[in-house]
Amino acid sequence: MALDFLLKQNILTVVADGDLRDYDNQEQLKAVLQSLKKADKLCFNAENLQKWDSSLAAAFYQIIIKAKQKNIKIDTSALPDDLQNLVALALAVDRKPKSNDNKKLSFLENLGESGLQIFDGVKKSWAFLADTTKSLGRFFTGRAVLRRVDFEFALADCGYKAVGIVSLVSFMVGLILAFVGALQLKMFGAQIYIASLVAIGMTRIMGAIMAGIIMAGRTGASYAATIGTMQVNEEVDALKTLGLPVTDFLVLPRMLSLIITMPFLTMWADIMGMIGGATVAILMLDISAPQYWIYSLKAFQLANFLVGIFHGFMYGIIISCCGCYYGINCGRNADSVGWATTKAVVSSIVIMIVATGILTSILEALGI
Amino acid sequence: MIKDNVKIKAEGLNIAYGSNVLMHNLNFEIKNGDIFIIMGGSGCGKSSLLRLLTGLKSVDEGKIWINGVRFDNADDQQKKKIMQNCGILYQSGALFSSMTLAENVALPLQQYTNYSDALISDLVAFKLALVGLKGYEDFYPAEISGGMKKRAGLARALALDPDILYFDEPSAGLDPVSSKLLDDLILEINKSLGTTIVVITHELSSIFAIGKDAIFLDAETKTISAQGNPKELLKNPPNQKVLHFLSGGKK
Ligand SMILES: Nc1ncnc2c1ncn2[C@@H]1O[C@H](COP(=O)(O)OP(=O)(O)O)[C@@H](O)[C@H]1O
Ligand SMILES: [Mg+2]
Repeated sequence: MALDFLLKQNILTVVADGDLRDYDNQEQLKAVLQSLKKADKLCFNAENLQKWDSSLAAAFYQIIIKAKQKNIKIDTSALPDDLQNLVALALAVDRKPKSNDNKKLSFLENLGESGLQIFDGVKKSWAFLADTTKSLGRFFTGRAVLRRVDFEFALADCGYKAVGIVSLVSFMVGLILAFVGALQLKMFGAQIYIASLVAIGMTRIMGAIMAGIIMAGRTGASYAATIGTMQVNEEVDALKTLGLPVTDFLVLPRMLSLIITMPFLTMWADIMGMIGGATVAILMLDISAPQYWIYSLKAFQLANFLVGIFHGFMYGIIISCCGCYYGINCGRNADSVGWATTKAVVSSIVIMIVATGILTSILEALGI
Repeated sequence: MIKDNVKIKAEGLNIAYGSNVLMHNLNFEIKNGDIFIIMGGSGCGKSSLLRLLTGLKSVDEGKIWINGVRFDNADDQQKKKIMQNCGILYQSGALFSSMTLAENVALPLQQYTNYSDALISDLVAFKLALVGLKGYEDFYPAEISGGMKKRAGLARALALDPDILYFDEPSAGLDPVSSKLLDDLILEINKSLGTTIVVITHELSSIFAIGKDAIFLDAETKTISAQGNPKELLKNPPNQKVLHFLSGGKK
């Protein structure tokens, strides 16, 4: 019940014996491959082979390939006919078309290649931004070609349909913020300031960030996937050859709806976060609801709130740009849709964080 | 100079993606009212050639004339005008998935004509009936079969009564009967409307059934290795490869 081998007078005989279905003995196989080194002829003996399947054929295929590389004579005539044929079929021809892209590049060539790729990326993003700006121009002068239903659909999708998840996540964030803060503030008997902490944290930035991250994963990804799939199905080509401006048709409705809804979602996230904070305060810290409300109001500042809303607006632009950009520049196979989706989410989040950093420093410098 | 009866002319055309050259120096003429077949193995660049002819890919080297007008270096406005006379049936049908079949067919009409809504809906019903999809106006692409998608795509391609129709592998993924029906439809359109039809295919039965003129793209030499009527080519094959292809690998 095994694969065995005999090395006699430089002739390696591989003996297959018994039931060799699901053959998966890598060590044995390695030993056979090792002993090929000393052989100059490869034979098989399958007299007692009872049952076999593709796993044995695959093992023989490995052995024969290796033998071929070493220019060892191969005699498969002792194998059962069907096994012989199966292995022969696998060995028949290299049907893979010759291609010249797997040649190795030197370091400098690689460097140049990636330089060109970056340049290409910059060129494409620039073209995308230019097209989008032109589309927006056409939209505001009433000349853009887009379907009302597409816009309404996109608006619903990133409007009320997103409220549930935004509520849940920002409620939890408010809760966590309060909980973590409470541990520290309790030591000074200052737990009432939880209300201020949550109010400031949520309105200034956390509400916008949470809404942004959720919408990047939810809507940005779906933009990239939808437009990418349209690219794969040649729908984008069909639009182009029909003379319809692709950015008007595909990017505008999505971008506009996200830019419109993001500030509202941010506002909603602020509120839900504060409710989350209040839940912790009331249930765990014995702070009464009116007290919490008063301290929240005290800490609330219009400037902070507006900064948060502005962040939401900016995230709306970033997420929709990333989603649509990767969708439009998606390749033509199903793989590339997955790639485009991942890129869209990752880059929107990275750009969002970087933009927030920059904006925060600017606001800091301005004293807002 | 371009002769009157030439609808599309390509001269010294290259097909390349960056440094990956698929075809070089292609020269051919497609006559008015012909059914012209572009054949060749998978991946040899047939769809890419179509992308050049329809302006989806810019031409790096070579020239294209359509209806006697230079196409490759025309500006966007001119290209749009030329493309208005061209209908394309894509390999996958390329129907807009968020629209019903009726909306798909209506889109080019809304874009390029000032017809009233009533006229547009009449025309849509007529074009859909023409391809045998009467009664499917309100279906979405996801709700119909592959063969029906292609026919709906054809209805959309026919919307503006084009004088050139491009087909990218119309029979790919269809059963023999649907594929035969589509071939008949192509012949019918060509006969009754006089539309010039360019078909990319490697389906032998289609090639012989509908082809009046053809080119064979050879991936190895990266050139056109045969040109002419498919039946004539089979009788007098210019080279072994063409014979091999047209005889279905038998010779
Ligand atoms: N956008 C693209 N970028 C780079 N290479 C491409 C692109 N599209 C197609 N190709 C390459 O061009 C070759 C020919 O593609 P295609 O024209 O679709 O072939 P065909 O339609 O004849 O089967 C393919 O091998 C593919 O690798
Ligand atoms: Mg193709």
